[in-house]
Amino acid sequence: MANPLARVRATRHRLKETHPLSVLIAERLGLSLLLLWAVSILIFAGVEALPGDFAETYLGQSATPQAIANIRADLGLDRPITTRYFEWLGGVVQGDFGNSWASGAPVTEQITKRLGNSLFLAFFAAAISVPLAVGLGMVAVHYRNRIPDRVINVLSLAAISLPEFFIGYILIVFFAVQMGVATFPSTVYDNMSWSERLAAIALPTATLVMVVLAHMMRMTRAAIISVMSSAYMETAELKGLGAFKAIVKHAAPNAIAPIVNVVALNLAYLVVGVVVVEVVFVYPGMGQYMVDAVTVRDMPVVQACGLIFAAVYILLNMVADIVAIVANPRLRHPR
Amino acid sequence: MSDLLSVRDLRIGATIFPPGEAPMDIEIVHGVSFDLQKGKVLGLIGESGAGKSTIGLAALAYGRGGVRITGGEVLLDGQDILPLDKKGIRKIRGARVCYVAQSAAASFNPAHKLGDQVIEATVEHGLMSRDEARKRADYLFEILGLPDPKNFGNRFPHQVSGGQLQRAMTAMALCSKPELIVFDEPTTALDVTTQIDVLAAIKNAIEMTGTAALYITHDLAVVAQISDDIMVLRNGETVEYGPVQQIIENPRQEYTKALVNVRQTKQTEARDQSDALLKVENISAAYGNGVQVLHDVSLHVPRGQTLAVVGESGSGKSTLARVITGLLPPFQGSVTFGDEELSNAQKDRSRDHLRRIQLIYQMADTAMNPRQTVGQIIGRPLQFYFGKRGAERKKEVIKLLDEIEMGEAFYDRYPAELSGGQKQRVAIARALAAQPELILCDEPTSALDPLVAEGILDLLLRLQKERQVSYLFITHDIAIVRAIADSVAVMLQGKLVDFGPRSEVLNPPFDDYTDLLLKSVPEMELGWLEKVLATRKMESAGH
Repeated sequence: MANPLARVRATRHRLKETHPLSVLIAERLGLSLLLLWAVSILIFAGVEALPGDFAETYLGQSATPQAIANIRADLGLDRPITTRYFEWLGGVVQGDFGNSWASGAPVTEQITKRLGNSLFLAFFAAAISVPLAVGLGMVAVHYRNRIPDRVINVLSLAAISLPEFFIGYILIVFFAVQMGVATFPSTVYDNMSWSERLAAIALPTATLVMVVLAHMMRMTRAAIISVMSSAYMETAELKGLGAFKAIVKHAAPNAIAPIVNVVALNLAYLVVGVVVVEVVFVYPGMGQYMVDAVTVRDMPVVQACGLIFAAVYILLNMVADIVAIVANPRLRHPR
Repeated sequence: MSDLLSVRDLRIGATIFPPGEAPMDIEIVHGVSFDLQKGKVLGLIGESGAGKSTIGLAALAYGRGGVRITGGEVLLDGQDILPLDKKGIRKIRGARVCYVAQSAAASFNPAHKLGDQVIEATVEHGLMSRDEARKRADYLFEILGLPDPKNFGNRFPHQVSGGQLQRAMTAMALCSKPELIVFDEPTTALDVTTQIDVLAAIKNAIEMTGTAALYITHDLAVVAQISDDIMVLRNGETVEYGPVQQIIENPRQEYTKALVNVRQTKQTEARDQSDALLKVENISAAYGNGVQVLHDVSLHVPRGQTLAVVGESGSGKSTLARVITGLLPPFQGSVTFGDEELSNAQKDRSRDHLRRIQLIYQMADTAMNPRQTVGQIIGRPLQFYFGKRGAERKKEVIKLLDEIEMGEAFYDRYPAELSGGQKQRVAIARALAAQPELILCDEPTSALDPLVAEGILDLLLRLQKERQVSYLFITHDIAIVRAIADSVAVMLQGKLVDFGPRSEVLNPPFDDYTDLLLKSVPEMELGWLEKVLATRKMESAGH
């Protein structure tokens, strides 16, 4: 009797011959789930390793050994770490992140609202930065090594070189304090109108756009230049095709994969990297929620935020991987 | 008869960017003129840098990279195409003049089907409807001898072989029924047995469609099979221009004579080949992915002699060298050097064992650290194996530089400042510095121009006489084998198909595959291609 592992391997090999695309995508999905599980362990262990705990922080000056022990027992912290981990994991897979220690309210409810706010901000930043970056990348290629290309390069590099909190404060100083045209702080409420909301997020959106623009722009430029210098573009030119036709038909299909990859990475950064920007602009998103929770050692909230950030990051990278796989004719059409 | 293409005093310039200096304009083609009549083939031949591709592309009014046409006329059917605007020139490219590149693999777009790319220009220029173009493509696939011509167009470039891609590219050029096709080294990247098929297919297609052609190559034997006229180029100037028969049989210029007579080096075969320096016994090896590349290979290299290992790409000849050096431990078999059995893995071998076997690679470029001077490159083994330093080391390096006919002046140069042939000489000196008994030469001349390669072979033979060093010489070029080998090993798909003294392997009775290999090597003889094809037909009719 062949051992089961060998049988799985043989099946995988056979499937890879007949359906390489489906197998690769399934593999990516499986790996992503595995990665997410590993991250959940890391987050739990990391939070556990933080110095100080909720009981001490919560009680502050009035902490007596007895009071601390009481709170720990209330929260179930006296039980072994593995029990608590699996209990937490069991809840998470059912969509229950537990209750906040500080407020007692369910974490899931709180996070849904906060995540919505963060995604709102990230969406507008992406809607502006992705077309802008791809467009600027194309302009840079068109004026390659000439003044417009250099200007675009230098400005976008300058923007990425400054830390986002610095850009944020500079924008606040100029647009909110000196010129008074922008809203600060960027706090949003439930009963705000759309226009008020948009006005509130103008500055944080601008900050995020400046931070992610350079990376995407430069990658677009590099991808297009690399494709344009390939032999098949020369073939297209020697076939007498016009420049526009050659780019649309011969360059674009081959430039998509690398561009999508860097766009996905930056979208992930938009969601995950907002922590600092949200704090600077006092924006009630996931980032600020997490920072507040860390200060008071509100572990269920920290764990939930960490896990959701990780999930977003992994998801977007997986999408980028899959797009790259699908865009590759060698995988779409096996020999 | 009227001239289809008339090139008058063509001058082509380029801008170069020497490191640390201001950009400079140089002229790379200095006033070349020729005429080509309808349906005729002109061969452009020369070494790399002779300007032959540049001239070929000028027939499409195209300059690659920073190359510009600076003067002269390119008359197509009497009309100068150089002053045409973009739109005017686009009407000519892909319709009246087409181009076949050296690397079809890179010149096809990986994202589209072959058929769509083959008919693209024809449809785009409005010469045929899509259906007509498809029919023509099918017809061309058939006369070019492609398998399953009806469905060939539905395949993607990565789904067919290199030889098939090269034929598909020829079909692409023929599809629009152009008046002129520029073939730029269309068979250079192929194995000899594949080359002959592609060559025959191209010749057949040219005859059947009546198109004229510029055929660019560095191989005079190839161009002799296909051309009506030949132009020999060197450093952007015409050396000799005339009918193919005159150039091959009665060359007037010294340079042409040298090209025709290249590979005349003859090494008399050693009589006694029993004193084995290196013995390879029953070697089987596989790469990490489980694909077996060597199957039970046994051979030996006699002391102070040359064993040539020949075979096509993928036959396992380089893998054999990797096994001998210990870079790829075999899963079966043994390597004996002198009287001692060598460890399978390189890391288990003594420094002395490592010293006694040295390597020379095909690409001298990538085998040297570009940041080290020639002195450092050659001096390194002296220090590593013999502990020589300072003035003593420098003295030895200069001695070696003299031996490779380069001299002290090169001591402080960097690889980038050397020509291809000089780099390979430095690589030889580096191997010699270790005072090896065996040098594994992995296609050391196949990236070089014929006359330069000739010089390298002469040097290797002289060094062998002086130092009694043995060579295991890996090559795909039968002419080299004839010139330098004492014994020959023929490999096919990881198996040794023939092994013995040169006079036995290269003379009848032949092994089947050796026979095919020998017959596929183009010979500097008019009508050779027809002769071989006729023999083949007779043989296949006989079966």
